[in-house]
Amino acid sequence: MPESKLLPLPEAIERFIPDGSAIALGLAQETLIPFAAGHELIRQKKQRLTLIGPISDILFDQIIGAGCVRKISAAWVGNVITGSSYNFRRAVEGGSLEMEDHSNLTLAMALRAGAMGVPFMPARSALGSDLFKTNSSLKTMTCPFSGETLTAVAALRPDVSIVHLQRADEYGNAHAWGNLGLIRDACLASRRIIITAEEIVDPDIISRDPNRVVTPGYRVSAVAHAPWGGHPSPAPGYYNRDHQGFLDYRNESKTPRAYDDWQKRWVQSIQNWRDYTKLLGAQRMAELAIKHHDYSEPVDYGY
Amino acid sequence: MSYTLPELMVTAAAREIADGEVVFVGMRLPLLGFLLAKSTHAPEAVGIYELGIVRDTLAPAPILTMGDLPNLYRARWLADTADTMGLLQQGQVDVSFIGGAQIDRFGNLNTSYIGGVEKIATRLPGSGGACDLASLAQRHIIIMNHERRRFVPQVDYMTSPGFGDGAGWRREVGLPRGGPAAVITTLGILRFDAQSREMMLVSLHPGVRVDDVLNHTGWPLEIADELAQTPQPTEEELGMLRRFDPQGYWTGAKPSGL
Repeated sequence: MPESKLLPLPEAIERFIPDGSAIALGLAQETLIPFAAGHELIRQKKQRLTLIGPISDILFDQIIGAGCVRKISAAWVGNVITGSSYNFRRAVEGGSLEMEDHSNLTLAMALRAGAMGVPFMPARSALGSDLFKTNSSLKTMTCPFSGETLTAVAALRPDVSIVHLQRADEYGNAHAWGNLGLIRDACLASRRIIITAEEIVDPDIISRDPNRVVTPGYRVSAVAHAPWGGHPSPAPGYYNRDHQGFLDYRNESKTPRAYDDWQKRWVQSIQNWRDYTKLLGAQRMAELAIKHHDYSEPVDYGY
Repeated sequence: MSYTLPELMVTAAAREIADGEVVFVGMRLPLLGFLLAKSTHAPEAVGIYELGIVRDTLAPAPILTMGDLPNLYRARWLADTADTMGLLQQGQVDVSFIGGAQIDRFGNLNTSYIGGVEKIATRLPGSGGACDLASLAQRHIIIMNHERRRFVPQVDYMTSPGFGDGAGWRREVGLPRGGPAAVITTLGILRFDAQSREMMLVSLHPGVRVDDVLNHTGWPLEIADELAQTPQPTEEELGMLRRFDPQGYWTGAKPSGL
């Protein structure tokens, strides 16, 4: 049997994410955002990180506020249902954060180029826009076949992708379902992969449905069990989006002082997922639970 | 039946969708605009969401954002972002919807840097998919607040291209198609002159005067010869909207979303 990759979340982050790492996370955009893993980066006081992601929906803001981040490579950094995010604003306006402005399409192509092992991918988006001024990985090029002007998007190779998903086995084989965003391209493009999962399951459960596997398990560095590890973002099949969590964070991040209080309560007072779910409380978890189950039919992979 | 300003704007947005069209649905008010169109005059419209969602039925419960699980429930396709962006890039999206913080006379949008890059006054969230939706859809619709500080002669930073500096610009820079078709604001509806590509006021919301619009626009705005009044939402439309947004989060009298 291969060696188990199952680690407690703190150990997974400690072993595979040194200071200065370029980390892709929040890859499904609004769903399955790896909040538990992001909070562990804060607890371990990581330094000089580069965060890569499409729409981070407050996780980037939380990690920026903790002083862990040197550079952002993203399409959108904010709070999806309230607008701006304040630590991000303060850091960019204060000049302490380097910004590489992508669109969702150009970031997807940057990771796809990394996934394909080519130096760039061509695209038709963003031509004429100012994204070229604030992202040196975008250049215009002439198509060698048609002579058309195209956008060349340089390949991105993150040091590590952190992916939160529904279920994994201890060897790194894992299922995700729902919208997948940039998860698959980012995993292929990354040198290492850390998976956090709602459930750790028997390897048979994963291998009997290989179409649902997000990336080959042999490339995964670590698997951590993290129930409610995507909260307040939704996890299909497990819990709904906690809108109140996002609304609260708007006020909890408005000033550096408010953010410090937020961090004490939601990050520093917590050691593991048991602490987190205790703080969340049974009533809130019951409210967020899936109420209308809708199971798919099994399919036959036999021969 | 009385209605709120966001309800009027969402209704106007919904009417921009023709039946059977493929719609790339943006964040916030457009989410409701698509649902409203689907449930009234455009039952055959197909919605694409950048998270990797394609659906052609109404979500079975209210949603605040496209990643809410009812919006994934029995979707026609759950896929990768690149898949949805591929359909957009091929030219298979008829219409897309985006919001803006700052806009200029040619419909270019800034959602990134107020004050520009050299001297950043305010950092906004950025493009998300907006630059792609503005670059690659057959046409796009912009929804935003109409204020003088937002309607400026030239944007400080162009996040999402409109018509650049006027006629012919999109072709010159290599954009394959498209351009803004309408700007739905808190005061009226604006479209773009077919020759000059400059923004033009074509419709006033009920109770709004031309002077109100001019006073809130930072350049001498063109006015269409025949100025319409934006149609008020019907009872059917309002009933639908209140079903989709029962708490009035996006469409209440003091919406959180504008």
